[in-house]
Amino acid sequence: MLILKIAFRNIFRNTRRSLTTLSTIAIGAAAVLVFGAYVTYIAYGVETNAVQRTGHFQVFRNGYFNFGAAAPGAWGMDNYENVLKLIKSDADLKPLSAVVTPIQSLSGIAGNFESNTSKTFFGVGFVPSERDHMKQWNEYGTGSQGLRRSGLKDDDFSEGITGIGLVRILGLCDRLHLDDCPKAPHVPDGAEGAAESAPSVDLGELSERDKSAWAQSDSEPTIDLLAATAGGAPNVVSLQIKRVELQPLKELDDNYIGMNIALAQNLIYGRGEHKTTGIVVQLNRTEDMKSARARLLSLFKEHNLDLELRDFTELNPQYNQIIALFGSIFSFISVIIGIVVLFTVTNTMGMSVIERTGEIGTTRAMGVRRQVIRCQFLVEGALLGVIGATVGVGLAYLAAYGINHSTLTWTPPGQAAPIPLRLYMAGAYSLIAVTWTGLLAVSALAALIPANRAAKMAVVDALRHV
Amino acid sequence: MSAPSTVPVVRLSSVVKTYRAGAVDVPAIKGISFDIPRQRFSMIVGPSGSGKTTLLNLIGCIDKPTSGTVFVGEQDIGALRDNTISDFRAQRVGFIFQNFSLIPVLSAWENIEYPLMLLGVPAQERRERTTKMLEAVGLKDQWRQRPNELSGGQKQRVAIARALVKGPDFVLADEPTANLDSQTGASIVDLMRRMQEECETTFIFSTHDQHLMSHADETFTIRDGQLVEHTSGGRIC
Repeated sequence: MLILKIAFRNIFRNTRRSLTTLSTIAIGAAAVLVFGAYVTYIAYGVETNAVQRTGHFQVFRNGYFNFGAAAPGAWGMDNYENVLKLIKSDADLKPLSAVVTPIQSLSGIAGNFESNTSKTFFGVGFVPSERDHMKQWNEYGTGSQGLRRSGLKDDDFSEGITGIGLVRILGLCDRLHLDDCPKAPHVPDGAEGAAESAPSVDLGELSERDKSAWAQSDSEPTIDLLAATAGGAPNVVSLQIKRVELQPLKELDDNYIGMNIALAQNLIYGRGEHKTTGIVVQLNRTEDMKSARARLLSLFKEHNLDLELRDFTELNPQYNQIIALFGSIFSFISVIIGIVVLFTVTNTMGMSVIERTGEIGTTRAMGVRRQVIRCQFLVEGALLGVIGATVGVGLAYLAAYGINHSTLTWTPPGQAAPIPLRLYMAGAYSLIAVTWTGLLAVSALAALIPANRAAKMAVVDALRHV
Repeated sequence: MSAPSTVPVVRLSSVVKTYRAGAVDVPAIKGISFDIPRQRFSMIVGPSGSGKTTLLNLIGCIDKPTSGTVFVGEQDIGALRDNTISDFRAQRVGFIFQNFSLIPVLSAWENIEYPLMLLGVPAQERRERTTKMLEAVGLKDQWRQRPNELSGGQKQRVAIARALVKGPDFVLADEPTANLDSQTGASIVDLMRRMQEECETTFIFSTHDQHLMSHADETFTIRDGQLVEHTSGGRIC
């Protein structure tokens, strides 16, 4: 107690020097916390985006995740409706789950045969209402708006959404009245020759054959989708472009088509048994992933289902990359700030030891042990860290309040639309605790060398010091 | 007043202290032997550079002799390890310095209480002893003031109280009046004399102050690191 009292009073003995040191620690703490809160926000935002798109888990036929992309139809899940029912009705999973819904991946060729253009596409079939429900997932309140509602209806199989790049390539910009969607200046040399060397499949005829099955609107352009069925035969369906949506990656934007799962299944399985490539499980809370995973795997085992389970970090490889990237930047900044604090506190404590040499001699003469002198200066260093870090936490909260109430926006990695810039200080208690403790430890460590110097002083030399 | 023990409070036997200045050995004390009796006002006097302060440091257990032995009571301080000797000083030696050397961040009260806290004296007893000592040195009303709010004489009174509060075997005072004007110095000397009698303790001074020297029970005159004269009760031994 006496050591603490003396330490506290000594800190404010040289007010200007102490304030400079405390400012360095406080600003350092605030910088670490503000950036940490920003990283937390990014992590939550990226997670929200991923969970909105892919759910927490996807269930596939075993092997699909690694090998099924080339032929999604061939890797369809048999009796998927039973699996769906099994998951939805499970008493353990029911309270944890927000959405359990099937999806069908597919790929093929999209054609606008009015302008004689075509393009390979990558498509996903989904239940529109359930997909929209998934987009409402917002556990952390990040306000992520990366995915808008599809605008599709469960009972209208003819409509779909595409990337802007795809409709640009298919020459549909004018029909869709899109801004920033230029026409191709001319047909590149060799393109016609390439068309002539294409396989002799009459796509127009195939398209006409299936068109009657689906209602069309004159106001929305229709494209034809050609894909190989699970059995290997070509099949064509028509898709009315309900809406176009900018995708976060150009490659995806040039290839993406979203549609009603029934249309996707019709294209892939024709009149055969309709299957699905995956079942999406979106939980209410990410923290339930461990128990949900265990229960799902247990269910598969109990019912002898040859299925595999992949979580959103596996389904979205960029998630881990983004988290790792920001984590490494955060670590780098923290280390730099830690070094600055270390040298500042060392300098301050070194000056303090020099100034108080006579006092050290006096107290040693009075019978204070060396280790008590060492402890005295360590406590003073640590106290500098405590006060500075505590002020820093306050500054960080102020900065967070200011930024959170501003109108700043940004576009996070993997998203197409800007979202409000937020700093997640509320609830970031572990970040605050680690930063606070870290700066305390660095400050105490910084005082170690001056403290040892003070402790090792010969009493006679210290008393002689002027 | 109880009869003092016959064992001297300090016994020096063939004490030599040599300092190393670069490659040269500089002798400060050259084989001094004498006893300092208990409950006396003893003075170590001599010109500047004669070795007074070095001798005081050896007696105060804050330095060790190059050779010879220093006994405090019956304890050979040369045989003690660092922590033990620190504890020994905390219990048995009081210091009064020329420049007062109070802890600047502590009040007069806290400075006096400090040695008792080092000894782990219970809070109630600390309060009583500190209050008594503050009253004894006439600073009852200045107990809250920090050293920078006290005059030189008041600071030295606090230093005297701090040295005596733990009831040490002896108090070492290195030129205690050197930084005080003559009037204040005289009052401080009178105070120390009174406290020495009241506390039945031993004061060992290093001084040039003629007024202080006039109060000496014992005088040890040092010159060039050697004892040249010992006066006891006005008699040259």
